[in-house]
Amino acid sequence: MGKLLIKNGRVIDPASRRDGPADVLIENETISAVGENLEAADAEVLDASGMVVAPGFIDIHVHLREPGFEHAETIETGARAAAAGGFTRICAMPNTNPVNDCATVTGYILEQARRFAAVKVHPIGAITQGSEGKELAPIGTLKAAGAVAISDDGQPVMNARVMRRAMELARSFGLTVVQHCEDLNLSAGGDMHEGVESVRRGLGGIPACAEDVMVARDLLLAELTGARYHVAHLSTKNSMAMVAYAKLRGLPVTCEVTPHHISLRDVDTVPYDSNYKMKPPLRSAEDVAALIDGIAKGVVDAIATDHAPHTGYQKMQEFERCPFGIIGLETALAIALDRLVHPGHITLLRLVELFTTGPASVFGLPCGRLAPGETADVTIFDANLEWTYDVNQSYSKSKNTPFHGRRFRGAPMVTIVDGKVVWSRVPLARSAGGAAPPVLSGAAGATG
Amino acid sequence: MSRGLLGIEDLPRQEIEAILQRARDFQPPHRQPFPRLDTLRGKVVVNLFFEPSTRTRTSFEIAAKRLGADAVSITAAGSSLSKGESLVDTLNTLAAMRPDAIVMRHASSGAPHFLARHLDIPIINAGDGTHEHPTQALLDARTILDRKPTLEGLRVAIIGDIVHSRVARSNIYLLSKFGADIVLCGPAPLVPKELASIAPGVRIEYDMRRAIEGADVIMMLRVQLERQHETAFPKGEYFSFYGLTLDHFELAKPDVFVMHPGPINRGREISSEVADSQRSVILNQVENGVAVRMAVLERILG
Repeated sequence: MGKLLIKNGRVIDPASRRDGPADVLIENETISAVGENLEAADAEVLDASGMVVAPGFIDIHVHLREPGFEHAETIETGARAAAAGGFTRICAMPNTNPVNDCATVTGYILEQARRFAAVKVHPIGAITQGSEGKELAPIGTLKAAGAVAISDDGQPVMNARVMRRAMELARSFGLTVVQHCEDLNLSAGGDMHEGVESVRRGLGGIPACAEDVMVARDLLLAELTGARYHVAHLSTKNSMAMVAYAKLRGLPVTCEVTPHHISLRDVDTVPYDSNYKMKPPLRSAEDVAALIDGIAKGVVDAIATDHAPHTGYQKMQEFERCPFGIIGLETALAIALDRLVHPGHITLLRLVELFTTGPASVFGLPCGRLAPGETADVTIFDANLEWTYDVNQSYSKSKNTPFHGRRFRGAPMVTIVDGKVVWSRVPLARSAGGAAPPVLSGAAGATG
Repeated sequence: MSRGLLGIEDLPRQEIEAILQRARDFQPPHRQPFPRLDTLRGKVVVNLFFEPSTRTRTSFEIAAKRLGADAVSITAAGSSLSKGESLVDTLNTLAAMRPDAIVMRHASSGAPHFLARHLDIPIINAGDGTHEHPTQALLDARTILDRKPTLEGLRVAIIGDIVHSRVARSNIYLLSKFGADIVLCGPAPLVPKELASIAPGVRIEYDMRRAIEGADVIMMLRVQLERQHETAFPKGEYFSFYGLTLDHFELAKPDVFVMHPGPINRGREISSEVADSQRSVILNQVENGVAVRMAVLERILG
């Protein structure tokens, strides 16, 4: 290891509210200096002219499918896709096989990550054994083994009493409880958002209120228990209003929104194409507007992908038989720029916050800052690079995305974890001794 | 239309008119044997039914044969689907035998639309889940036009389990394209308010007597118990509020007639007296089923 000097970039660090031209010097695994006109004679130099240099991005909601579903994704392939999306740290949901409801599985995920993952992987433990919603998982043991939060994602905890006990325990262990909010009785038989389109297509609907009634219940339980509670992939107008109200009242409540829920409406979906099938479903125009508004007003804490790989044959079925979920790590930043920054809803600083300090604070992770002494996890992106997403070039093992062929403006360029470049859009010319190679300038990566 | 027939929603009005016009030529003269044609000689039509069906499957088979085509019928129980093969693999296998068209019924909405994106062969939708049943709407339109000069301005009351009905959707799309005045009626769990927005000229009425007021045509739908995930309406009181009886005719136009896609449930959505009355055109619908399907097959394969 040595020194890496990132020169001429626009450094955005939400924690210190820094947004301006600066260089970043990395020594070994640590950021040693951030400032203008830094020099280091023996450093490898990376010219980031025209780029944003930000703290490493964090995705608090991904499915890596390992153990158990390695045909769809592994920790290794998922982590590579994460790196290519600008993420340095990802949190893996526990719905593997076996479910991550014990220290053995948590340890296995951490060990696989240590051996094979290009980025840092944090396991999320289950709330209940087997995520069956009945008996609580050993929550304290999961935390001791390395779980950063608990969730039965994909299998909402339907029993309010079980949820109450989970929150009480999570509070005593200092863990955040993450809920996939969906009342399964209201959503039963549903394959898309309930509305005119679902009725037109003869598909079962998942009403917005299937999410809302569980958000409402859980916010009351969070108040009762004092637990830190996080709404995963929030997708409706009413849920956004309820979370805003809970925050106003000072409850330790947070929420995340996915890139796809702010970029596609139910009417935009190609009928019976399972690349548009996920939970929660793509909602109405009104809901999409409320999500963007919630992001702009600061109600939303994080953008998270809910990266959910499924193999081609699983998605090549009758629509109602196809599993829910799409991949999203490699398109998240581009969609967020496209939907939030370019139209002027939020600043670049706020965008970076949604990918760094925001998600870090949801789970209390000690990361997300770009300052001397911090671990050198850095994301460099170009907010204006035009490129086309080709899912066949994806690092993910699965190709289930509605964004294949989509033209974007803005893309991740270099991902640095612990001071090492783990991915770059274009090959980086290695040069020590201060000669700055123009490796990242211009349209070098335009083909994506 | 060489690409098959997936639904009425995207079918242009002129196309519908052409099929309905051509179907007249295939209506058999009363009590006379139907002449066998050889328009489609050498063509092979596969009828692939993943759901039980009597009238639609038989009617497609007869339609194909009357045009001189060879028809092969496969039902799910005897197919490799019951051995765990995926729908795409089953269809690819059949397509490799180079039939000229596949007529398909499937319990999943959109199954034929999904296959049409991945297969080169024309697919004719014989009913997909709770979505569309285009040839039923065409034969219903033919049946109405045998009695009325035009669909425009006609008041049609569609009564029953609309949300689970592919017949209703196709009929709504078709009647709407021709300017009919469509009233949907049934209990709210089976007639969600969103239905009023799926096509122009549709309104919803929860009171059956008001729905029938001034109706030219009454279309009754089967209560599709097999498609309901729950008891959306207490079974015991369905007939008292949404069953069609002879009394209802007094509210409608004097020459009103009753249609039903079959199979009928006597005493559940329609009284026996109505089913057997002079106002029922249910058997004419079945007759027109063959004629309309001949017109469709000829248009796709001819």
